[in-house]
Amino acid sequence: MHGGRSSLAGTLLLRGLAVLVLVLFLGLPLLAVLAEALRRGAGPALAALADPDALASIRLTLLVAAITVPVNTVGGLAAAWCITRFRFPGRALLLALIELPFSVSPVISGLVWVLLFGSAGWFGPWLEERGLQIVFALPGLVLATLFVTFPFVARTLIPLMQEQGATAEEAAATLGASGWQSFFRVTLPQIRWALLSGVLLCNARAMGEFGAVSVVSGHIRGETNTMPLHIEILYNEYQFVGAFAVAALLALLALVTLAAKMVLERRGGGA
Amino acid sequence: MPRLLVPRRSVLTAPLALPFLGTAAGAQPRSVQLLNVSYDPTREFYRDFNAAFTTRWKERSGETLRANVSHGGSGRQARSVIDGLPADVVTLALAYDIDAIAERGLIAPDWQSRLPANSAPYTSTIVFLVRKGNPKNIRDWGDLIRPGVGVITPNPKTSGGARWNYLAGWAWALRQPGGDEKAAEAFLMALFRNVPVLDTGARGSTTSFVQRGQGDVLLAWENEAHLAFAEFGAGQFDIVYPSLSILAEPPVALVDRNVDRRGTRAVAEAYLRALYEPDAQALAARHFYRPRDAAALAAAGSRFPALEMVTIDDAAFGGWKQAQARHFDDGGVFDRLYQPGR
Repeated sequence: MHGGRSSLAGTLLLRGLAVLVLVLFLGLPLLAVLAEALRRGAGPALAALADPDALASIRLTLLVAAITVPVNTVGGLAAAWCITRFRFPGRALLLALIELPFSVSPVISGLVWVLLFGSAGWFGPWLEERGLQIVFALPGLVLATLFVTFPFVARTLIPLMQEQGATAEEAAATLGASGWQSFFRVTLPQIRWALLSGVLLCNARAMGEFGAVSVVSGHIRGETNTMPLHIEILYNEYQFVGAFAVAALLALLALVTLAAKMVLERRGGGA
Repeated sequence: MPRLLVPRRSVLTAPLALPFLGTAAGAQPRSVQLLNVSYDPTREFYRDFNAAFTTRWKERSGETLRANVSHGGSGRQARSVIDGLPADVVTLALAYDIDAIAERGLIAPDWQSRLPANSAPYTSTIVFLVRKGNPKNIRDWGDLIRPGVGVITPNPKTSGGARWNYLAGWAWALRQPGGDEKAAEAFLMALFRNVPVLDTGARGSTTSFVQRGQGDVLLAWENEAHLAFAEFGAGQFDIVYPSLSILAEPPVALVDRNVDRRGTRAVAEAYLRALYEPDAQALAARHFYRPRDAAALAAAGSRFPALEMVTIDDAAFGGWKQAQARHFDDGGVFDRLYQPGR
């Protein structure tokens, strides 16, 4: 009895500590962003968001995410499928390549595109002759974001798909299911929650990425600044309310993403 | 079956993509875009100048101009233009950075003689920003190497302003009794030992000093010092004019290859010429740049105290190319005298 009570106290203490750490390290900074944004009331904060350059950065951020997330979802699915369902030479190499964006600095992830597609880069002259702009324009931003966010979907799927194995799919195949039927009726339902979680993480990073996009952006106002870049600009121009208003919106987008994930997971757990 | 994925995804992306497409489709046929790639402290000036010039261009040509800007450390901005940032005009911190672009063939080699006054429509100089009441009693360059004085200046490798800071200090040290190049090098070595952090650009350094409260003195562009002064109220800082400084001539140029490709030469030329006109000169003075125009300078009154300034073409430096190669290129004097963490 005595031992049980002290372990209960210990659990409570641990939980209390965990909550405290969460509040201090995650809640407080978020609160600070909101407080700074609203320091002069909601009016100036909203006005900062309605500024044409701020609106352009919001649109650009959403557009980049809208392109990169679906591409990386399909790509990540395909990669995870290859790695967990087949044995082939170079499999370990592919696995290492998938993780490459996690291990290199985001600055390098941006710089590689400048080295490839910049005027002085490998394909620069060819592109210039045809009037194609890759870096310092939308395609460069998309490429850099794709690169940085590629591992998220694959990395969340691989452990799960490895654990599940291919038995259910093999059973489906013996029953005469085609490849696509097997994918949509057997594989996808098994992995959908992990997939969703990967997609949402990928989306959060795609919207929040700073380093890689900073290198390829060119920082043209109202044109190639994503929200994180716009926040830096406002901050450097002493427009703190504006900077924190955009930052609060960016944080809010991430929170919405997380909330969507929680709601869907809860619903998924019941089904 | 695979088709299921397609409509679902387009439903997701369509509302996001539409507003973006809307702005692109809404562009007028009689409109023109111009990109000015500039350095850090000109943000406020070009915001106002662009608004004024856009109105003027509409009256003159009927075209709706969208004047875009990009700001950053001068050296980094030049690099971006070399790497393909489609600048129509560059307005950078020093001629060397424009020379670097010209060397790659994007700008005609004689660019600096195409516009009046060395292609620098406004000038500035390097001053000290200190905390209110000047508690460390910093009056001149010699005070910067006293132990316990924290000096904030950006990295001369990436920042144009930082190179002006460095050269102004070098010129002062040369003029001291018994001053020679060895003494100047020793002086700067002692100065950089007092620098706790090297930011990449002038604005980053200002933020370090003003926002994060680092250091006792900021070596800054005169305009940047006045701006921080104006933004944060006179209650927090004082501006100190040293006995000697350097005449900084931030030049402007047309990026020939880009304007010819984009068909924007006429508007880009008009844009740069307009910088020399009286209202732009007055605007420059309002943003604490020293105007070239004598009338605008006189109108600014006591805003710009007279002080002794050397120029980059002084015998001690021999122009930007020589100064750059000697002091700032890899293996140059700066590399020799600056060792981080000491």
